[in-house]
Amino acid sequence: MPAAKAPTSLRRLFDEIGTVDQVGIEERVATFTTRSLKKKSKVFGLRLAVSMVDLTTLEGKDTPGKVASLCQKALCPHDVGDIPPTAAVCVYPAMVKHARKHVGGTSVKIASVATAFPSGQAPLKTRLAEVRAAVKDGADEIDMVINRGAFLSGEFGRMQDEIAAVVEACGQATLKVILEVSELETYDNIRAASFLAMRVIRPGDFIKTSTGKTSSNATLGNNQVMLEAIRDHFLATGIPISMKPAGGIRTAKQALHFLIAVKETLGDEWLNNRRYRFGASALLNDLVRQLEKERTGAYQAPWNFSEATEGY
Amino acid sequence: MPKTLSKSNPARELVFGDLWEFDPAPETADPKLKPRYDLFINGSFVPPRAGKYFATINPAHETKIADIALADASDVNSACIAAQKAFVSVWGKMPGKERGKYLYRIARLLQDHAREFAIAETLDGGKPIKESRDFDVPMAAAHFFYHAGWADKLEHLAPGRQIAPHGVVGQVIPWNFPLLMLAWKIAPALAAGNCVVLKPAESTSITALKFGEICQEAGLPNGVVNIVSGAAETGAAVIQHPLTMKVAFTGSTEVGKSLMRSLAGTDKKMTMELGGKAANIVFDDAPLDQAVEGIVNGIFFNQGHVCCAGSRLLVQESIADEVLAKLKRRIAVLRVGDPMDKNTDLGAINSREQLAKITDLVQIGVAEGAEKYDNGCKLPAKGFFFRPTIFTNVSMSHRIAREEIFGPVLSILTFRTPEEAIEKANNTPYGLSAGVWTDKGSRILKMSTLIKAGVVWANTYNKFDPTSPFGGYKESGFGREGGKQGLLDYLMVD
Repeated sequence: MPAAKAPTSLRRLFDEIGTVDQVGIEERVATFTTRSLKKKSKVFGLRLAVSMVDLTTLEGKDTPGKVASLCQKALCPHDVGDIPPTAAVCVYPAMVKHARKHVGGTSVKIASVATAFPSGQAPLKTRLAEVRAAVKDGADEIDMVINRGAFLSGEFGRMQDEIAAVVEACGQATLKVILEVSELETYDNIRAASFLAMRVIRPGDFIKTSTGKTSSNATLGNNQVMLEAIRDHFLATGIPISMKPAGGIRTAKQALHFLIAVKETLGDEWLNNRRYRFGASALLNDLVRQLEKERTGAYQAPWNFSEATEGY
Repeated sequence: MPKTLSKSNPARELVFGDLWEFDPAPETADPKLKPRYDLFINGSFVPPRAGKYFATINPAHETKIADIALADASDVNSACIAAQKAFVSVWGKMPGKERGKYLYRIARLLQDHAREFAIAETLDGGKPIKESRDFDVPMAAAHFFYHAGWADKLEHLAPGRQIAPHGVVGQVIPWNFPLLMLAWKIAPALAAGNCVVLKPAESTSITALKFGEICQEAGLPNGVVNIVSGAAETGAAVIQHPLTMKVAFTGSTEVGKSLMRSLAGTDKKMTMELGGKAANIVFDDAPLDQAVEGIVNGIFFNQGHVCCAGSRLLVQESIADEVLAKLKRRIAVLRVGDPMDKNTDLGAINSREQLAKITDLVQIGVAEGAEKYDNGCKLPAKGFFFRPTIFTNVSMSHRIAREEIFGPVLSILTFRTPEEAIEKANNTPYGLSAGVWTDKGSRILKMSTLIKAGVVWANTYNKFDPTSPFGGYKESGFGREGGKQGLLDYLMVD
């Protein structure tokens, strides 16, 4: 769909895509947390969640050594119990070439944040150059941030043009568009931004909740708004867009609630790591801990699980 | 968006298959049931004079749970006498502050025994455990808490006027929310200073009789609450007994009418909460996913055994196709089955008779030319189950659009203008509840004024609170339950 050039009224966009009732959607997502997973269905969910993790380190103090440790953890989350590797590692552009040494050629993808993450407040030229550099260094996936300023001031055309430019700069790499939901604030805005982004990205590209660098991140509520936007977009156009909640998902139980939302909203075709990811770090060890509990019947001491990056 | 585009791509669909099937997650705690339940009269459990019992069954497995005492007119008579005695000697003259303490105690005991009550409710009535656990039992306790607070503040209900309790009140409750309806009836009656003779529904007596145990544990004076189980004749005896000064009935309009006929010429005070055929009205500017959620909650909550169920969906013509598609997608993930499983969304139909009634009306709907759709899910081999069902191509003259089905069956009609919606919503003998879905606040206010219904929900459905009065217009009855208005019905005001 061609992007509009002139500032567009948000009201007109809502007339087209519909609005979200906050109370209603929060009641709906509360029902996901009352689902009770036992035995095999629990193990299935936990393993699925492990395979969907984008194991992430995004700190100023990241070093090649820390990234190496992260990559090892992603390839082999635990030494026993036949636990699958994670979907990807997620690092800053400067770390892509280091990650490549460890996970290049494996099933674990290299995702890199780019476009002046997390604020996006750099000239477009600079942001695009960063994307190209990361892809050149071997990034399989690029996590970009949208221009929230453009969205909030109603310059939808500009916001979409910038995303389209990043799509072009990505080449073969998969794109994940971070909406930074906490800066959009309302569910209506999250739905609107999801549609604007989905209309300029490719099948298999992602929309993503957050950078993890602001006060509030992925919640079941904003995850649901985005899942429903993906569903409506898919039913209207046939283009399947993938989804990545990021930040704030720390426990296995939370991850299962998010997956139940996927199961009941988008169905079986989204229950895989091409269509759904978790941006997380501490989550992985809790998933492994719960899987070990299911396997052995007892909770293991925390020192039995290798640290990826937390604590370093 | 989808509105226009989805029509050009009708084949595209989501897959809700068995990739990730849930294992059974049964609630297994002990409901602490007795093999035989006697009548709760004058503070103790006594066998019925005639020695007759009837079996109560689990509608999900068709197995017997317990024997329930069948009270006849003489048992009802002793219950009424016990209540009258308790009223004159203790309860009627007890200061409100003291009555309140008993009510608080009952509320807390219900919370203490919440799990046990939830399981008993699900076993006996067939409703999903998640509903009895998260709705019925907590809401029953909430009613006692709310009315406990009123017990010493009754003079504020009618400032400047004299108020007094009626004395003995006779109450007859239905099988759809056995414990909750008991709480709706008993809590305000006791707070106002009345004593109670209550008859639970024939198919769901267990939690009412277990409530007798709660009364004992709370140390409630003997005779303040009496529970007489039995069939329709028992209920009629309670309602017609000369000592019951006020009667409260919740149930079908048909039975309500016959009870009212039998009371003609007496000066008994009455409140009736009867049937409904609520319109749930969705405008084209509504947040559709949440509206669909409200439609599902409106008609499939408690298998549709809800007098205020949103059984008629009125949807604006321009969005009818889209809403229907969303609705079908939503009911594809509803889980029907063992009520005791924590993941079950729709449990068992309460009784064989009710299942037959639902089946009949659905067949009539098909015969009259409406188009039937259900989610095609697998049903358990044994027990009374019915798939969530929706009818399209329904017109106002169809029986499924006029009669209360009291099951998981939704009739969908369309409208073009707000005036048409109001006309259709009011074109029913009932007037209990309605729902309005729109983004436009002024339209909500207008609709809620023009729809003749006791409750109008805006952008939500089936929401209850002890502070909010509930009751009907027209053949849905009269009198209110809950809130100040409901409490006033249990008092004489001079």
